[in-house]
Amino acid sequence: MLLIDCPCCGLRPETEFRCGGQAHVARPATPADVTDKDWSEYLFVRENPRGVHAERWIHQHGCGRWFNALRDTVSDRFVETYPMGGDPKSTTTETRL
Amino acid sequence: MAQHFRLPAGGRVDRSKPVSFTFNGSKIEGYRGDTLASALLANGVHFVGRSFKYHRPRGIISHGSDEPSALLSVSRGPGRTDPNNRASVVELREGLVTTSQNHWPSLNFDVGAVNDLFSPVFVAGFYYKTFMWPRSFWDKVYEPFIRAAAGLGVAPTEPDADRYANRHAHCDVLVVGMGPTGLAAALAASETGKRVIAVDEQSEPGGSLLHASDETIDGKPAADWLKETLAQLDARENVILLPRTTVFGYYNHNHVAMTERVTDHVIDPKGAPRERLWQVRAGHVVIAAGSLERPLVFADNDRPGVLLAESVRAFVNRYGVLPGRKIVFATSGASAYQAAIDAKAAGADVTVSDLRLEAGCGPELAKARAAGVEVLTAHTVIGTVGHKRVKGLIVAPVMGSGTIGPRRTLECDCVGMSGGWTPTVHLFSQSRGKLAYDEALDAFIPGTSAQAETTVGAARGDYNLAACLASGYAAGSKAAGGSAEWRFETSATLVGFQPVRVMPTDANPAKVRAFIDFQNDVTAKDIKLAVREGFQSIEHVKRYTTTGMATDQGKTSNMNALGVVAGQLDKPLPSVGTTTFRPPYTPTTFGALVGPARDALFDPIRTTPIHDWAVEHGAKFEPVSLWRRAWYFPKPGEDMHAAVARECKAVRDGVGVFDGSTLGKIEVVGPDAAEFMNRMYVNPWLKLEPGRCRYGLMLKEDGYILDDGVVARVAPDRFHVTTTTGGAARVLNHMEDYLQTEWPDLDVFLTSITEEWAVIAVQGPKARETIEPLVSDIDLSPEAFPHMAMREGRICGAPTRLFRVSFTGELGFEINVPADYGRAVWEAIYDSGKKFGITPYGTETMHVLRAEKGYIIVGQETDGTVTPDDVGLAGMIAKAKVDFVGKRSLGRPDLVASGRKQLVGLFADDPSLVLEEGAQIVADPNQPIPMKMLGHVTSSYDSPNVGRSIALAVVADGRARMGQTLFVTTPGGFARASVVDPVFFDAKGERINA
Amino acid sequence: MRRFSYRSLISEALNAHQGWQRQWRAPDPKPSYDVVIVGGGGHGLATAYYLASQHGITNVAVIEKGWIGGGNTGRNTTIIRSNYLYDESAGIYEHALKLWEGLSQELNYNVMFSQRGVLMLAHNVHDVQSFKRHVYANRLNGIDNEWLSTEECKAFCPPINISQDIRYPVMGGALQRRAGTARHDAVAWGYARGADSRGVDIIQNCEVKGIRRDASGAAVGVETTRGYIGAKRIGVVAAGNTSVVMQMAGVRMPLESYPLQALVSEPVKPCFPCVVMSNAVHAYLSQSDKGELVIGAGTDQYVSYSQQGGLHITNHTLDAICEMFPQFTRMKMLRSWGGVVDVTPDRSPIIGKTPVENLFVNCGWGTGGFKATPGSGHVFAHTLATGEPHEINAPFTLDRFRTGRLIDEAAAAAVAH
Repeated sequence: MLLIDCPCCGLRPETEFRCGGQAHVARPATPADVTDKDWSEYLFVRENPRGVHAERWIHQHGCGRWFNALRDTVSDRFVETYPMGGDPKSTTTETRL
Repeated sequence: MAQHFRLPAGGRVDRSKPVSFTFNGSKIEGYRGDTLASALLANGVHFVGRSFKYHRPRGIISHGSDEPSALLSVSRGPGRTDPNNRASVVELREGLVTTSQNHWPSLNFDVGAVNDLFSPVFVAGFYYKTFMWPRSFWDKVYEPFIRAAAGLGVAPTEPDADRYANRHAHCDVLVVGMGPTGLAAALAASETGKRVIAVDEQSEPGGSLLHASDETIDGKPAADWLKETLAQLDARENVILLPRTTVFGYYNHNHVAMTERVTDHVIDPKGAPRERLWQVRAGHVVIAAGSLERPLVFADNDRPGVLLAESVRAFVNRYGVLPGRKIVFATSGASAYQAAIDAKAAGADVTVSDLRLEAGCGPELAKARAAGVEVLTAHTVIGTVGHKRVKGLIVAPVMGSGTIGPRRTLECDCVGMSGGWTPTVHLFSQSRGKLAYDEALDAFIPGTSAQAETTVGAARGDYNLAACLASGYAAGSKAAGGSAEWRFETSATLVGFQPVRVMPTDANPAKVRAFIDFQNDVTAKDIKLAVREGFQSIEHVKRYTTTGMATDQGKTSNMNALGVVAGQLDKPLPSVGTTTFRPPYTPTTFGALVGPARDALFDPIRTTPIHDWAVEHGAKFEPVSLWRRAWYFPKPGEDMHAAVARECKAVRDGVGVFDGSTLGKIEVVGPDAAEFMNRMYVNPWLKLEPGRCRYGLMLKEDGYILDDGVVARVAPDRFHVTTTTGGAARVLNHMEDYLQTEWPDLDVFLTSITEEWAVIAVQGPKARETIEPLVSDIDLSPEAFPHMAMREGRICGAPTRLFRVSFTGELGFEINVPADYGRAVWEAIYDSGKKFGITPYGTETMHVLRAEKGYIIVGQETDGTVTPDDVGLAGMIAKAKVDFVGKRSLGRPDLVASGRKQLVGLFADDPSLVLEEGAQIVADPNQPIPMKMLGHVTSSYDSPNVGRSIALAVVADGRARMGQTLFVTTPGGFARASVVDPVFFDAKGERINA
Repeated sequence: MRRFSYRSLISEALNAHQGWQRQWRAPDPKPSYDVVIVGGGGHGLATAYYLASQHGITNVAVIEKGWIGGGNTGRNTTIIRSNYLYDESAGIYEHALKLWEGLSQELNYNVMFSQRGVLMLAHNVHDVQSFKRHVYANRLNGIDNEWLSTEECKAFCPPINISQDIRYPVMGGALQRRAGTARHDAVAWGYARGADSRGVDIIQNCEVKGIRRDASGAAVGVETTRGYIGAKRIGVVAAGNTSVVMQMAGVRMPLESYPLQALVSEPVKPCFPCVVMSNAVHAYLSQSDKGELVIGAGTDQYVSYSQQGGLHITNHTLDAICEMFPQFTRMKMLRSWGGVVDVTPDRSPIIGKTPVENLFVNCGWGTGGFKATPGSGHVFAHTLATGEPHEINAPFTLDRFRTGRLIDEAAAAAVAH
């Protein structure tokens, strides 16, 4: 069970959280203008990297806030967590664990 | 049976407390402080089981949790029987009923032992090469035979009489193992005041110190030091000591799982749990888990009476039991000499046979000889004599040239073997630390840590007592943030061994049956065969031969197996790799992992404020997600069908009352609430006036229906949203996700109010008259309060949000009152409606009534692949909206293609036939298989109001098939049915506006 | 290849088994092959086998970064069934099941396919509707699947508790009698031996580090830890690592890789006759020939390649098992482990062409790929041999995510209202 650093509440066990998959997948501002192909990419295609991954979590059974995290998908270690809408302090390439 | 092999004095058993138990029906006595193994040995019982494959006689090998062979079924009374208990781990308790396993008809005479005769055929992997002819024999003959022969003990069949507990804990330092290293670590860590938990799998802390003889620490006998140290730790409030506790799993982020055996050793648990699962989140973990002795690999090394050397020592020193009167210690290292010396001192006739040259031995040689022990150096073991008990050990000198000299049989009734030591790196490996091979130690030891963890003492290959204590102390202090050190003065430890894979022999190695994995009957030649056949990764070898896969998970066998593979490949050992260690360290009771999570604690049961009333009025309930909902209210003598028919008529003819409290409810509040609703639902919301309701349809971003429900605009900035019963959490999550991550600029709050409001649906022509006397502040007249309106006011004096809505097609109200008033208001309505014959109805009637009207239920008519148009709700979509969640996907090619399944009604030709929900629909029942399926029946009922059976279905191009005859599957074939409009009752919708 | 038979086994027994040869060779990679298959799991090895046996294409290499069968092939709970709802799924899983039925004889390797039946329990009205929908759809597709009443469930699998006052009472079940289990490792080894004997090179401990493309963008070979290997066609069958491998060719996939855990108990004498699955309670259970209770857990919620999950997932699964079978609380967990499963948005596989010429992919089997092994290999071999999909895998395109023609079995079993 992971130990997750919620930006609002601090370190809490994983069972209080829900993972929302890849972070920074922005919804197109005007979906009507997007091609079928690009729309399917938005809906379905994910980075799924072996290494540091930017992903979304919500502290479901805590403050109820969504936030972002960088986590290494090989070691499962968190590099950092940061508020929704923000950018990470580390970059995914240099933080590979 | 008297305890003929019990020593007159010594050890930690309490000779004043005899304990009796049975083994295979015979009554046997031991003492408090014994394990099953020590008590059996005290009575001269070595032969306690049959092996997995060859059914060979097997005895007790070890005194610890690494025991591979001595597995017994143990019963502590009704509902307290379980198989595969290691005799060396079970603490003796009055009245234990123990039996040996894997034999028929008896331990002594076992028909399955015939397998041993076929061992030349039954080699590793033989079953992959055979049992294939004739093909039909596999299911009927071979597999049942293999299954019956395999398996060890018998699974419990009765409900467990014990209970289990679960506990979460945090600490700064977790010390795993309370041998000398762990105790020193716990001492140092707790000096600083940090919270320390120290655990040990044995019944008392101390590890190897529990069977020390002449060892001293800081000038004191080891036993005294142990006692003082434990007293010191016990007195510290920041320390929790947990004996009988096995750390079985080391998970992510220092999440460590362990089981405490709480009451198996006591006669009356007094309601205490049998075991307790501890889940500890530790700041730092100090692993002081010690090491495991390696057996020697030689022919017939599996005979009862052949033990690990250190275990012989433990039985002698800790339990006061002499495992044999004439003991030969076969070794390739120093530690066995101490066992020999102690056994000799206890009165046994002792000989040591050491593979090492005299020059390769250390001070142990002189020490043993001084104690009167006969030592043969440079001797190998060729084999054993004896079948159900070892009678002799065949040894032979190894000449300088490597040739084997003349054999000689050392008569004996017990053998203590030692092939050196293997650090217990299981937990380190589970923590994902990288193992490093240490050639000098001939072992894998912890390399780089992956988590906040330190492994010390024998667990990293340090076998010297003074060094273990010092390194344990330093590690404990460091783990707690300190830097203290302590120099312990101890007696000298006999250490060092010469690695050996298979003992040199003069016999044909291709025929020698030298066991590596005792429980799974894997021999050295099996492993060599696997390597010859191309199984060269250790993982392949394991899987092909099953070595290391038994209940001991290879604790005694892994290094020997690896060594044989490396030898056969002529490669250095580390290049063969080591297996990954995974939880659990030792087999872990399901019950402990489950804890109290049974029945309603497995999944909570949600009930409404009106639930008890329904119970009192005889309702039958159905599970809907976590809820229990009133299904129907049978009167005496009524079955479900009769009850539902009566309820259905009552609603349409008079008035019915229904508990809708399980509906999900969300309040959407804020200046941007309407804009948010506009983006989340397909419908338009900006112009909906306060006090008005609208049926809302919500899609996932992929365009398929997610949920639906009536939404009321309470105020310009406030919406009262309802969802399906099962969809409440899903919808709130879906909304929160978009609100927080896509549109954080919108000023909106979302609050789940499902539990705040009880919902009472009053439906039927007499609905208004029923509630009118109870409602104040609200004008209920049709003009003032039309269909799809919402008013706030009071009912029975309680505040209400009163919806004029209907899921039945009748005049209807859904009365929201604060949950605490739910039952009182319900009862008031029930009383008020009595003069109209008010009838409580359940979910089944609700389903029938809405089906009569062709209203869909999300999750029944829809299944996650259905669009609004598919169910005839395209008209709900606000044409003017540029965007809402799911809109773009509705334009994808397959979602606008022809041939999609559309909601229709079905009339079976036989009006009394209720089609099966889930039944498939075809155009031609005589077509060949595979048939072209057009759709399926989603809802189907006998409708008392329509006067016949009705069904809803989704059918390819269904709306274009009105009037067509189609065929619907039935258990026996097909039924004819015609496609009709899905609105079966009051098609004009007049009743709802009454 | 030396055939396994009673005769060969007995003659080797008399010869102390000194005459058995390697079941597959350990060749050095050749400079190039007609087909290179990336991934030596069951699906990849089956693909190689059928390329050789059905299409006569033997200049084939299977490249495996570890040891064959070491991924999900050797980590699953070995359940085999074909009673899927949609025609597309039913088609491929039934194709596989038919191949399973003769596989031991075909491969001359006992994969211990045991048709002991898979029983799926219904615990609420919605389950009943959903299972009947499956039963009828299967019947019209020619696949055996039958509805059992609560009492019939008990008769078929006596350990089931049919008391109606438990948390999740049994309301009946759907039984596929031809379904069952197999010995997972043997499937990899049997296909490897069969492919090897027909000339396929199985190259272990060889990791693909890149996919080389020519000026036109077509794939022409793979860079590996054992050097460059040219290929006329490349089939990627890398399960949880598919995204990583496909990224080497610049192809982004609609996949996410999750940990999936499973566990076994200590071995006991036969006490559980079939496979039981319960979607409502989230548990499935069978007993191996060795006597272990084999129990599948769910996936963890986050992407991970660690082959390790959290204890709470295991615990929840055992909660469910013991809720259904309370007599097992005194059994002990012997081993637990994790795999990495690649999951598509509709949880159905992708088998076919990619946007890169000569590069083909077979992935996205999620939590249920083992049962499809022979069928998957068979149709993927056809695809690699002909350059076009077999009619059975034609619906399982990458393009369906653009058109919306998804094959969503899980959505079809949508949770109750």
